[in-house]
Amino acid sequence: MSDTLSRVKSIIVDRLGVDEAKVVPTATFKDDLGADSLDVVELIMELEDEFDMEISDEDAERIKTVGDVVTYIDAHQ
Amino acid sequence: MTEQVSIVTGASRGIGRSIALELGRDGNCVVVNYVGREEEARATARLIEEQGGRAIVEQGDVSLASDAERLVESALAAFGHLDVVVNNAGITRDTLVLRMKDEDWDAVMNTNLKGAFHLIRAAARPMMKQRSGRIINIASVVAIMGNAGQANYVSAKAGLIGLTKSVAREFASRNITVNAIAPGFIETDMTAGLNAEWTGKMVEQIPLGRPGSPEDVAHAVSFLASPKAAYITGQVLHIDGGMVM
Repeated sequence: MSDTLSRVKSIIVDRLGVDEAKVVPTATFKDDLGADSLDVVELIMELEDEFDMEISDEDAERIKTVGDVVTYIDAHQ
Repeated sequence: MTEQVSIVTGASRGIGRSIALELGRDGNCVVVNYVGREEEARATARLIEEQGGRAIVEQGDVSLASDAERLVESALAAFGHLDVVVNNAGITRDTLVLRMKDEDWDAVMNTNLKGAFHLIRAAARPMMKQRSGRIINIASVVAIMGNAGQANYVSAKAGLIGLTKSVAREFASRNITVNAIAPGFIETDMTAGLNAEWTGKMVEQIPLGRPGSPEDVAHAVSFLASPKAAYITGQVLHIDGGMVM
C-alpha cells in the first residue's frame, strides 16, 4: 500500500468513523462511505492540511472515490 | 452541565455589552471583542466577572479574516470549546445615496456583513466537530423596512439575514443553529446621535410606545443561545416593540 493511501485512509477512518476495511480505492465517499457534502468538504480541508497543498473547489468536485484522492495527491505533490 | 463559551463582537458598549453580560451569567465564559475602545471592553469583562462569569478581552477587527480567526483561536485556547458566536459588531456611515462615497459603502459592508461571514467561517469548524453551536447575527428592522440615509447599513443588514438563512441550511445537519435578531429603535450611543425630531417620529411608530433597551435585545440573544431554542433555526426575531409586523 502506498504511503499516500495509508495516510489518506487513516484520515478518512478518523473523520467518517468508518471501518478501515471499507476504505478501498474504489469506495465512493457518498454512497459507500456515507459521507454528506459537509463531510467531504471537511475531509478535503483536512487533506489539504495533511499534505500541505491546495485543492480547488473545481478539482474537489471531481473527487468521488478514495482512489481519486490518492491519484490527485500523488499527481500534485 | 459545562459552561457555555461565547464570542461577542463589538462588546465594548451598547447592545454588544448587554449581550456579553447576559451570556456571561451563571459561570459562563465570554470573549469580549472590541476594535478601538479597550477601556470600555475591559469594563465589560469586569462586569461579567463581578457577576460570576469568566471573560477575556480580545482586540480584533472582524472585517479582517485573520482577526476573526484569531478570536476563535483565543476562545478555544482560553476555554477549550466554542458554543455561541454573536455577530454584533456594526458601524454606520449614514448619508443619502447621492452623497455616499464608495468608502462609506465599503466600510459598512466590510464590518457589518463580511465581518460576520469571516467569523462564521472561522467558528464553523470547531462547532462542526462538536456537533453543536449557536450563531446569532444582529441585524436590524431597517433590513426589512429600508431607511433613507442608510442604504449601506440597510444593505449590509439585509445581507446578514440572507447569510443567516443560508448558513442555517448549511450547518443544520451538524446541530448548529443560526438565527438573526432584528432590533428596532434601541437606546444606545449609536441612536443617541440621531436627530431628536426624527427619533420622536420613530417612537410614534412603535406600537408599544417606547424605545427598546439593549437588555431587551440581550434577553432574546440569551434565549436563542439556550437549550430552550434548540429547534429554532434560520429565523429572524424582531425585538422592536411591534414596529414591523
